Amino acid sequence: MFRLFMLPCACALALSLALPARAADPELDEIRAQIRELKSSYENRIQALEQRLKDAEAKAAAPAPMPAAPSSSISAFNPAVSVVLQGRYANLSRDPAKFALAGFAPGGEIGPGRRGFSLGESELAMFANVDDKFAGNLIASLTPENTVSVEEAYGLWLTAPYGLAPKFGRFFSGLGYLNEQHQHNWDFIDAPLAYQAFLGGQYANDGLQVKWVAPIDQYVELGAEAGNGDGFPGNARSRNGAGAATVFAHTGGDIGASHNWRAGLSYLRTRAQDRDYSLADRAGNDAAVAFTGSSRVAVADFIWKWAPNGNAHDTSFKLQGEYFRRVEDGDLTYDRDGTLGLTRTASFTSRQSGWYAQGVYQFMPLWRAGVRYDRLDSGSVDYGANAAFVAATDFSPKRYTVMLDYTPSEFSRFRLQFAQSRTLADVTDNQWFVQYILSLGAHGAHKY
Amino acid sequence: MRSHFAGWCVALAAWSFPAAADLSVFATVPEWGALAQELGGDKVKVYTATNALQDPHHVEARPSLIARARGADLVVATGAELEIGWLPLVLQQAGNPKVQPGRPGYFEAASVVALLGKPARLDRAEGDVHPQGDPHIQTDARNIAKVAVPLAARLTELDSANAAFYQARLKAFMDRWSAAVVRWEQQAAPLKGVPVVVQHKAFTYLVEWLGLKEIAALEPKPGLEPTTAHLAAVLETLQKTPAKMVLRAAYQSDRASQWIAERAKMKAVELPFTVGGTDGAKDLFGLYDDTIQRLLKGAS
Repeated sequence: MFRLFMLPCACALALSLALPARAADPELDEIRAQIRELKSSYENRIQALEQRLKDAEAKAAAPAPMPAAPSSSISAFNPAVSVVLQGRYANLSRDPAKFALAGFAPGGEIGPGRRGFSLGESELAMFANVDDKFAGNLIASLTPENTVSVEEAYGLWLTAPYGLAPKFGRFFSGLGYLNEQHQHNWDFIDAPLAYQAFLGGQYANDGLQVKWVAPIDQYVELGAEAGNGDGFPGNARSRNGAGAATVFAHTGGDIGASHNWRAGLSYLRTRAQDRDYSLADRAGNDAAVAFTGSSRVAVADFIWKWAPNGNAHDTSFKLQGEYFRRVEDGDLTYDRDGTLGLTRTASFTSRQSGWYAQGVYQFMPLWRAGVRYDRLDSGSVDYGANAAFVAATDFSPKRYTVMLDYTPSEFSRFRLQFAQSRTLADVTDNQWFVQYILSLGAHGAHKY
Repeated sequence: MRSHFAGWCVALAAWSFPAAADLSVFATVPEWGALAQELGGDKVKVYTATNALQDPHHVEARPSLIARARGADLVVATGAELEIGWLPLVLQQAGNPKVQPGRPGYFEAASVVALLGKPARLDRAEGDVHPQGDPHIQTDARNIAKVAVPLAARLTELDSANAAFYQARLKAFMDRWSAAVVRWEQQAAPLKGVPVVVQHKAFTYLVEWLGLKEIAALEPKPGLEPTTAHLAAVLETLQKTPAKMVLRAAYQSDRASQWIAERAKMKAVELPFTVGGTDGAKDLFGLYDDTIQRLLKGAS
């Protein structure tokens, strides 16, 4: 190295000595220029060589990369934390305060939400293994009204025998297809009408769930849940036993590399005690009524997904639909608060159904378009002796929805949605929504 | 309907009367499926969760994967967060304690290889970065050998009755493999210093192994779609520092690389990336034979 470096310097020195800069001879100038060129060219080459040597030395000196030692700080045991931020703008042609589903008892979170700008639910999730047997998950929802609600908080027993996968705590029921998914993963901003009518939006349980996947190549999953049954269509009752029971079965698989599907059947049985709401009676008065009795919901769900060779980068399509049927049996108390002075309890039976079907097509990378059709069937509602005061409706609520969304990365999505909603006779609500969904922190799961 | 019923009967029979005690291997990506098959021969039954035309980052925890993970004795994953979006969910739903992370039935290939491309800045503003480093280790053939040894050890641990069998298969494989690596390195000698552009930063190990020179990436940030502005910037770079070819994996769309190849007067080269990515990449040996042939063709 030293010799290499010395050589051009010596040459330059010798040359400059041999040709003293005395005369302003053009020839001399030319020679000087040549020397300068020579010098700078050597210097460049030497610099390059030095750099290469440095690199080689650095490479040799660097210890062989070892698997990183885990950090010793106590924060190393922090759970995976993720946050979902949401917000929206809604333009609704009808006052959402007057939202109702004709022929259906309201409950839970229903309706299109408020007008104008609003914050959606901000979700804070934490997940980690508890020890060698259990994992825990907390998903809290910070509402725009500045309250906190626990959406899910459950433990998973990871080493249960016989292939059982128990979950305990509060969780979204395995009922149907969409129910288990969080709202920010839905393909439309709001829940299908059937979910709103029969489950009050989304059905959560405080209790125990056990799932079991059959040890065969065909996917067959069976599940059962026992819970307190506080959620609509049940309500909180003071009792020691389980207030709700759910069973479900799913199957599905691949058809070639490009298609896959899942189908399921679910059944929920719960009870309500004085589940109250108000409805317009035959005389046009707002009457307070209360239902006490059993509520049984059966759901059939189906989803089919397509992507060329299973690669959804450029295009993909999914088609999904769910059918609900609910039977309620019990007593209805009319004018329960006595404002009309006509308080009476009589038998009540309803058999109602509803369904939705939706398709979402990703027509180019990052862009998707979707359509959804919702329909409810008021079915047969028998008010018994209360039929003198209350009339059943034969109107069938329906809704047409289209959406377009843009997903710049896996962690952000922007959506435009339009729905024409006819949930009451002679009332059409045109609903425009703009929504954003941002995910921060731990990588989310690609749930099917 | 009848054939369906028959299918169910067969499935039920297969479940109630398990056949030979073959190890059931669930491989997340084709290269580990192929390696497990090389090492396990007829003593293993390999299921590969994804094919070479799928982006291993973007896979869903679909029903068939859950069913296969349920019956698996060994899950062979890449790790380094390549499968972060779907494998944890599959394992959580499968109800199979044997293959949970930390158990002998769970093997991560990236855990035995020194990872390159560890991000200097861990921030999603840098794209979908992998905190532990680049997980696409299979683009360097020498890494296959590094994974083969502990994987064979794992097969032996899980199925000790066939220990001698796995060790013999490993030795035979390693002999063939080292000879092949020497051959590939000789064949690839002209590729040393050849400037290339990559579509996704998925070839770090290949570039390092064969001494290619990576000039630029078409994705502005890992995992983000190439934008016109970024492509224009890459094109400008290429006018100053020309490259011979633009590389993309078989599962990626060819649009961006064709666009830039035309304008920068270079070749767009599709590499198999994993087993099954091209017709030539039928097995692990074919994967590198074909990769190097395609690179040589691109550099000529």
